[in-house]
Amino acid sequence: MATVALFVTCLTDQFYPHVGVAVAKILQRFGCDVQFPKEQTCCGQPFFNNGFHPEARRLATRMIEIFRPYPYVVTPSGSCCAMVREQFHELLHEDPQWQKPMEEMRAKTYEFVEFLDKVLKVDFTQFSLPNPRDISYHYTCHLRGIGVKDEGVRLLRQIGNVQFKPLEKTDQCCGFGGTFAVKYPAISGAIVDDKAKCIQATGANTLICNDAGCTMNISGMCHRRGMQTSVRHLAELMAEAMGIDLTAW
Amino acid sequence: MAQAIETQPPNANPTDTNTVHFLREAAEAKFDFHSISIQAAGDERLKTAVSTNTQRQYDGRQLRMLELPDADGMRTLAGGIKQHALDNLDFYLDQLADCVHRNGGQVHFARDADSARTIIAGIAQKSGCKRVIKSKSMASEEIELAHFLESAGLDLVETDLGEFIIQISHDKPSHLVAPIIHKDRASIARLFSEYFKTPYCDDPEALTAQARLFLRNKFRAADLGITGGNFLIAETGQVCVVENEGNARQSLTTPRVLVSLVGIEKIIPRLADLAVMLKLLARSSTGQRMTVYTSVFGGPRQSGEKDGPEEFHLVLLDNGRSEILASEQYRETLRCIRCGACLNACPVYRKIGGHAYGSVYPGPIGALITPLFQGLAKFKDLPQASSLCGACYEACPVKINIPRHLVNLRKDITDQRLNSPIERIIYRLWAWGMKSPRRYRIFTAMQKFDLRRRARGTGWIAKLPSVVSGWTRVRDMPAPATRTFHEIWKDRP
Repeated sequence: MATVALFVTCLTDQFYPHVGVAVAKILQRFGCDVQFPKEQTCCGQPFFNNGFHPEARRLATRMIEIFRPYPYVVTPSGSCCAMVREQFHELLHEDPQWQKPMEEMRAKTYEFVEFLDKVLKVDFTQFSLPNPRDISYHYTCHLRGIGVKDEGVRLLRQIGNVQFKPLEKTDQCCGFGGTFAVKYPAISGAIVDDKAKCIQATGANTLICNDAGCTMNISGMCHRRGMQTSVRHLAELMAEAMGIDLTAW
Repeated sequence: MAQAIETQPPNANPTDTNTVHFLREAAEAKFDFHSISIQAAGDERLKTAVSTNTQRQYDGRQLRMLELPDADGMRTLAGGIKQHALDNLDFYLDQLADCVHRNGGQVHFARDADSARTIIAGIAQKSGCKRVIKSKSMASEEIELAHFLESAGLDLVETDLGEFIIQISHDKPSHLVAPIIHKDRASIARLFSEYFKTPYCDDPEALTAQARLFLRNKFRAADLGITGGNFLIAETGQVCVVENEGNARQSLTTPRVLVSLVGIEKIIPRLADLAVMLKLLARSSTGQRMTVYTSVFGGPRQSGEKDGPEEFHLVLLDNGRSEILASEQYRETLRCIRCGACLNACPVYRKIGGHAYGSVYPGPIGALITPLFQGLAKFKDLPQASSLCGACYEACPVKINIPRHLVNLRKDITDQRLNSPIERIIYRLWAWGMKSPRRYRIFTAMQKFDLRRRARGTGWIAKLPSVVSGWTRVRDMPAPATRTFHEIWKDRP
């Protein structure tokens, strides 16, 4: 039985805690011993991306310490996973004290879907939604950085009663980009408006998006436009198909 | 008809509204990216034109790259070739110059834009050339060569159709490869009707034929040809130019004197390396397997050859490149082969077009090299106006890690204190809060209280205050959940 430390990320913690519950319960269902190191806060991504590297470095080393005892780290966010896998290296590869622990952290950190696919090698064909539903999928950008391609769509399509509706420009960024969305609202707004139009064109009312920041952005635009779209993490949909209750622990 | 066209005076004013704004903004010393980008992102006609065309080229690229047995490996190889040439640039520049001399050509080193312009004007004057046909070249745009030579009294015509349209509308290119990507068919039809004094007609074939007829006469009469160069081959002393219209080929064959203006970073060591580059360039750029014309040339006409110039001059442009070369961190950016793939892939470029970047090099690569060439203080918005989605890096045929370099520039901005003191305080306070679980708990509790109050029980916030107001200017903000995951985990049975 694999021991897995859940790295829930700060946005999921505050805005989508039920996604954390879904991830934990699904991993448990597949036989993992799920741990949640409660000292965890933020991986430092906002600070790294905005050029505050000493601050990012301190948060990175903190994270590495906190997750050191665990053989696997799983996170429901592609961008936080990319922070650990890509940027921790950038921040710490020249530091003799941190180089080895950093490499260990990088090697054991997985995005949730990637972990299901590559480590647990699960199959979802045995699970099914209660009723047929049109579902579309947004390819979040940071999956690019960690080399995840169509794993999410493949697992999604295994679930019974999923009527997959391909999203036009699925790999075009939603325009979130962290503080970019706040600093350049005109550009970010035009990009996410394009995304919302593509979602509308699919006719699906459910969009799968595996990154909390992108979900806030896309759902915020859909809501502003008066669309009925529900933007959800794949873990939520899987939990539903597996009959896992997310309202109570 | 051709005679009548030749006497037509050039149009006095730009015809494109975006260009009017762009030129006005560019004239001001301070580069105000915010207002330009807001204007551009709100321009539906511009957005449609740029989005449609970039998407088409992006799709074409993806399709054609799939044909390669190992596209990723080939990109690594191409990046390695360019990097090797850059790491040993002094050696290869010497080798190139020797070979050009041996072929009978002349080599000129231009330290900056001014010296490049003076050298080329001097060549024209010395050889008594008056009528110039010029093919597409970003280096020439960079030093505003055409404008300079026109002011010096030369009759110069841009022979690439897109660049010709730019020239007669007094516009600026807004894409590395497709200079008129921001224009639609109707605006070109109006322009031609006005310029050639002919009835309005928006049939692309008819418009092209009209330009062709005009340009044919220019080709026949020209005595000086000016080209750029996609690659410089060090071991043979040759220049490689790729194009689709045959206009650059005309420059190599008809005029008495030929000048090629090329950036020093365009060097590749061997002719064999060209094969790798050519496999990637057109695929990445326009989604073609190869361009219609690929010319490899160097030196004047040799005995027994039927065409070619009497004089050949290679002008090697530095203009800030050696400074970037000296930087270990940013040297990689000089690998760029100006294919435009990063522009086509970029969600930001697709929405604001090229003019908003305030320089001849737009898009992700422009956001990177413009601050390096022209100063970070003036162009500090460019590296920040990116969602760091990574589509540019994925598309780049020479694997320039553009997102990483944009982050490095952001780091330079912070280190040089070019961002606002308020911004620096916010980030440092925020980082301080994240360093302790207790402070994180207090911070999230306060944020939850504030945001849930603003949502008034609806689950959505329509208006956020001050520094974060940008979010709700365009979209709503979801309210935080009633309990954090930390709380749920703690309270689980």
